[in-house]
Amino acid sequence: MNRETLANTVILAALAGIPVLAHLGGEPFVITLATRIAILGLAGVGLNLALGHGGLVSFGHAAFFGVGGYAMGVLASHAQAWTPLATWPVEIPGTNLMPVIWLTAILAAGLLSLVIAALSLRTRGVYFIMITLAFAQMAYYFAISWPAYGGEDGLSIYVRNRFPGLNTLDPIQFFAVCFTLLCLTLALMSRITGSRFGLLLQATRQNPARVEALGVQTYRIRLFAFVLSAMVTGLAGALYADLNRFVSPSMMSWQMSGELIVIVILGGVGRALGPVAGAGLYVLLENQLGGISDHWQIFLGAVLLWVVLFARGGVLGMLCDRRSADG
Amino acid sequence: MEPLLKVDGLTASYGRSQALYGISLEVRPAEVLALMGRNGMGKTTTIRSIMRQMPRSDGRIEFAGRSVATLRPHEVARLGIGLVPEGRRCFPNLTVLENLTAAARPGHWTVRTVGALFPRLSERRDQPAASLSGGEQQMLAIGRALMTNPRLLLLDEATEGLAPLVRAEIWAAVAELRRETGMAMVVVDKLLSELRPVADRAVILEKGRSVWEGGISALGPAITDRYLGV
Repeated sequence: MNRETLANTVILAALAGIPVLAHLGGEPFVITLATRIAILGLAGVGLNLALGHGGLVSFGHAAFFGVGGYAMGVLASHAQAWTPLATWPVEIPGTNLMPVIWLTAILAAGLLSLVIAALSLRTRGVYFIMITLAFAQMAYYFAISWPAYGGEDGLSIYVRNRFPGLNTLDPIQFFAVCFTLLCLTLALMSRITGSRFGLLLQATRQNPARVEALGVQTYRIRLFAFVLSAMVTGLAGALYADLNRFVSPSMMSWQMSGELIVIVILGGVGRALGPVAGAGLYVLLENQLGGISDHWQIFLGAVLLWVVLFARGGVLGMLCDRRSADG
Repeated sequence: MEPLLKVDGLTASYGRSQALYGISLEVRPAEVLALMGRNGMGKTTTIRSIMRQMPRSDGRIEFAGRSVATLRPHEVARLGIGLVPEGRRCFPNLTVLENLTAAARPGHWTVRTVGALFPRLSERRDQPAASLSGGEQQMLAIGRALMTNPRLLLLDEATEGLAPLVRAEIWAAVAELRRETGMAMVVVDKLLSELRPVADRAVILEKGRSVWEGGISALGPAITDRYLGV
């Protein structure tokens, strides 16, 4: 077992074990923190496919995170009010069933990302960053000006959505749902990054002209990676909204996009469990330093500076080897 | 015999600076053409134009009877042209095996057959490309191009910067490739002594123009001193 595999095992074991101990010790707040880590880690795992493996620095992933959140909010609010979502051409009811909400979130994020990526991927570098930010801001202002679903104030859902056979209001059971989804996504990502598509995605990041000379259209590779990345982030958004039982335009803000990037960088860009480690560090800093000062992000900035200057492989890079994934 | 590759009146420029002035050449099936000339004479630009990697180029390029004028680089490659680029440019973070697998398309060339041509690649299959020596990286670049199972292989400065022993190894592999598979090739290089055993014909470029064309055995000191001398 190499050091990275060992570190990954320890991270997953800690993330699974600490909430169980907290449950036994009657500490539901710790379980909520672990759930938040699992969800933000999942969002980061999504972004990591585009950013870490594909070199696509998206500053607009909050749009997909927010779309996932609104997919949950809209469906659940209709189910809560017993009103249909649409009446024409067929009546579509709301739902509070988690699997249906997740599927909707994944598809909505995928569809939005397809449109955004189709246009954004024609640009490179700083233009790509700016165009993804611009699309996310459009989504943000659309949510603000959508009074039917709370506008600027957001949308509250009073009861957590259902998952067949589970009591999702029980923190440990909701954590188990989120953790299972995280593990399934990590397994899927491992298959994807090890496949020929994954190799071509990395190769495209390193030298797109060479990949084209091998007969591969790099645009399609990037497009698929971006859409897949957005779908995972959309799923995380639905879970995040369910955790808070609240969704608001802030989930789509540029600060949220920045937080997701910070999570990926802190943990280790391009590393399988980097985003989970990054989410853990981020939530711990937020929780510990947030108690000291409202301006805790100043300290986060210092940590980020240190990582960028001295530990470019992130936390996992420090713990494992010096091989950076940034090519 | 119909040429596999036919280039006629090829021009290319970098911005306002014109690099090629109406290059014409042909490569027949199973033929090895040496594209020669001093530095900066347009050899790599010709190769890049054939692959449609030059943003500004004009003229007729036909491969297997099909014009490549409107194709994008990946479509040219899919027609069956493999490129071994100048400077090797393997994917540094990928292992040898991953470099080869990423390029794979169905055909004679597989990881096994490439490994038989370059046994050193088999020995280093799990090493990142960045950790290979220059010669091994060159072998990997050739292997990667072969994995696309091309009908024509373009080798741009395949032995540049390599030690004489390694260069000999590369040329031996090229000769074997030709002998075993009859693959057509365009080989860009400067050393005539190393090209003579592998090439059938040569085209010499001078300031973006083709100034000499003929059998490689016909290349005498008068021509080489004039166009290839330092």
